Amino acid sequence: MRTHRIAVAATLVVAFTAACSRSSDPGNKSTAGESSSKPAPKTLTYWASNQGTSLDNDKQILEPELKKFEQQTGIAIHLEVVPWSDLLNRILAATASGQGPDVLNIGNTWSASLQSTGAFLPFDDATMEKIGGKDRFMAAPLAATGAEGKPPTAVPLYSMAYGLYYNKKLFQQAGIANPPATWDELVADGKKLTANGKYGLAIEGGNVSENVHHAFALAKQHGADFFDASGKPTFDSPGAVAAIKQYVDFIAQDKIAAPGNAEYAANQSVTDFASGKAAMLMWQVAGVKLTTHGMSPDDIGVAPIPIQAGASGSKATATMVAGINIAVFKNTKNLDGALQFVKFMTSKEESIALNKTYGSISPLKEAQDDPAFNTPELKTISGVLATRAAPLPQVPNESQFETLVGTAVKNLLAAAAAGKPTTTESVKAELVKAQQQMPAS
Amino acid sequence: MKPRYRLLPYLLLLPALVMELLIHIVPMAVGIIMSFKQLTQFFIRDWTAAPWTALNNYRIAVDFSAPIGQSLLNSFWVTCSFTLFAVAFSWLLGVAAAIFMQEPFWGRGVLRAVFLVPYALPVYAAVITWSFMFQRDTGLLNHVLHDQLHLVAEKPFWLIGDNSFIALVVVSVWKTWPFAFLTVMAGLQNVPRELYEAAAMDGATVWQQIREITMPALRPVNQVLVLVLFLWTFNDFNTPYILFGKSAPEAADLISIHIYQSSFVTWNFGSGSAMSVLLLLFLLVVTGIYLVVTARWRDADA
Repeated sequence: MRTHRIAVAATLVVAFTAACSRSSDPGNKSTAGESSSKPAPKTLTYWASNQGTSLDNDKQILEPELKKFEQQTGIAIHLEVVPWSDLLNRILAATASGQGPDVLNIGNTWSASLQSTGAFLPFDDATMEKIGGKDRFMAAPLAATGAEGKPPTAVPLYSMAYGLYYNKKLFQQAGIANPPATWDELVADGKKLTANGKYGLAIEGGNVSENVHHAFALAKQHGADFFDASGKPTFDSPGAVAAIKQYVDFIAQDKIAAPGNAEYAANQSVTDFASGKAAMLMWQVAGVKLTTHGMSPDDIGVAPIPIQAGASGSKATATMVAGINIAVFKNTKNLDGALQFVKFMTSKEESIALNKTYGSISPLKEAQDDPAFNTPELKTISGVLATRAAPLPQVPNESQFETLVGTAVKNLLAAAAAGKPTTTESVKAELVKAQQQMPAS
Repeated sequence: MKPRYRLLPYLLLLPALVMELLIHIVPMAVGIIMSFKQLTQFFIRDWTAAPWTALNNYRIAVDFSAPIGQSLLNSFWVTCSFTLFAVAFSWLLGVAAAIFMQEPFWGRGVLRAVFLVPYALPVYAAVITWSFMFQRDTGLLNHVLHDQLHLVAEKPFWLIGDNSFIALVVVSVWKTWPFAFLTVMAGLQNVPRELYEAAAMDGATVWQQIREITMPALRPVNQVLVLVLFLWTFNDFNTPYILFGKSAPEAADLISIHIYQSSFVTWNFGSGSAMSVLLLLFLLVVTGIYLVVTARWRDADA
């Protein structure tokens, strides 16, 4: 009796898992030819990332544009705005189940990681032609769309880069005429500006991604990369150690950033800068955010992120390439419609309109002259993006790198804020630990 | 019995069995299978194609001389001590409040309702409020400790560094003790009032009454309560995640967050599954031992 029962249960499990694995078999077998013989569905699902001040704000901005697309093509877009905290998990779930949207936004730093899942349509030259060719895009944003030598896994949609935001009024009061161009100048200015409870610089020390973005650009300036040519992690190279020490020293040694910054993870540094508690901030296109926090546009100055004195070439890297890419899910039942939609979203007119609204920069070459991007802020940002930006490592393990190195910097900042000494050895030890946790591949 | 009737019970059970399989057993089995695979982002699209790695994921997880194993072990100890403190304080508070509330007095109903508020609040809203209070420069806690009471010379950090452990325990106790309170309060309804009256007649102090009447009467309730509190607290994900985000400080690196980080954040689902299976085994062993031991106690009493 008992064995009988177990046998029944076991059979059920086997039957069920077999059925599962069969139905979840990814759509390799259903080729594009097969799916196009059926009439393509007249709707597409689009997952948009949260670019506006709220999810509703995004809906209000995007829906009129999507209506235009429907009028042009007859394809209705079902829009879902996904908050950043959920987006990656949702994409992973969609990838694992094969049930996802047709078109979606991804953070461009995830490009190579997501590319390695094989869940997205590669934009090879033929596919690129269908959306107007890859020559329309600026080089830097296009470099952040997947591993080198492979067809891009997505195309650039909104572009951003880091700039040094400074409070003109506070600079004037401190008798500083120009924004700093080198780190020595930044530290010197920062010390002048640090007084009476105000600080020279605000940093977002509890935010793992912010930490890793700054660590990356600074490492480039020290001639270091976090991965070697073969894709092996090199987190603890002398250049990387020096770069991260320099960043941590803003709190530890230079004392131009408030110790409290070490726990900031909810954009408090933006608030501090907007309210005049700090005189400088390194941020991606912060203009719109700062004015919504009530900062007068006249007080906001923007300069490129400083470099070491006399640096050139890749040592003059001022920023990582930040931005959002648009990708097509391979399992889409309406490939042509999805590509039409990507073409629409990256058309000159839409690109200008949407980037202008969001305060970001269009990744299209032909859009750069548009007056929308000719404000002093965006001119500076698009200038560094065009000439002095490098994409984060386009390796499949990028996501682990961000987590581990970003956390290492967070720990170092926390130690510095608690008054523990920051030395080359302590930085190196933390980075060695991070590197050892990288999966052997 | 005719064969027809022998089949009927099974047919009746079948829907429940299928649901049980679907909801509990299959995902668990899938998780266990995953733990033997090298399931990284290269294979999540078709995870049946992921290569088998035998015990490799487990070997890495329990290799305590290497950083991955070391940090898992650290996380395990942090979780154990966190659970110990959080359960002890929650239980103590819950029992004390329930006993205090046993005697009717003016405003008892209101107070009971107020005590249950933390339990009724949405976790996210409650914990995010705590995280605001724990902020170093603008938080309420440091304002009271430093600015008003002058207890500390310098404002301490609560969300990073070693103090984050204290912060975590405080929020967890705040969130969990109303459940202990509720459960013990229900348990106390079964204690006959006459016992107390008789004890009082015999000159027993309040303390003696609690020790000799209340506690023994509560034993079956406590047995379940402590077990449930232990399992909930040990596995708590929401509190540390909302308080610290994806990367918790080392002093507050609870095992649930740690496993989340080693699977979702770093896209290594095989390794995450292996750690989850180890955790499951540990909890099974602890629960088993606990049940056997407490059953012995009860038998010994009887």
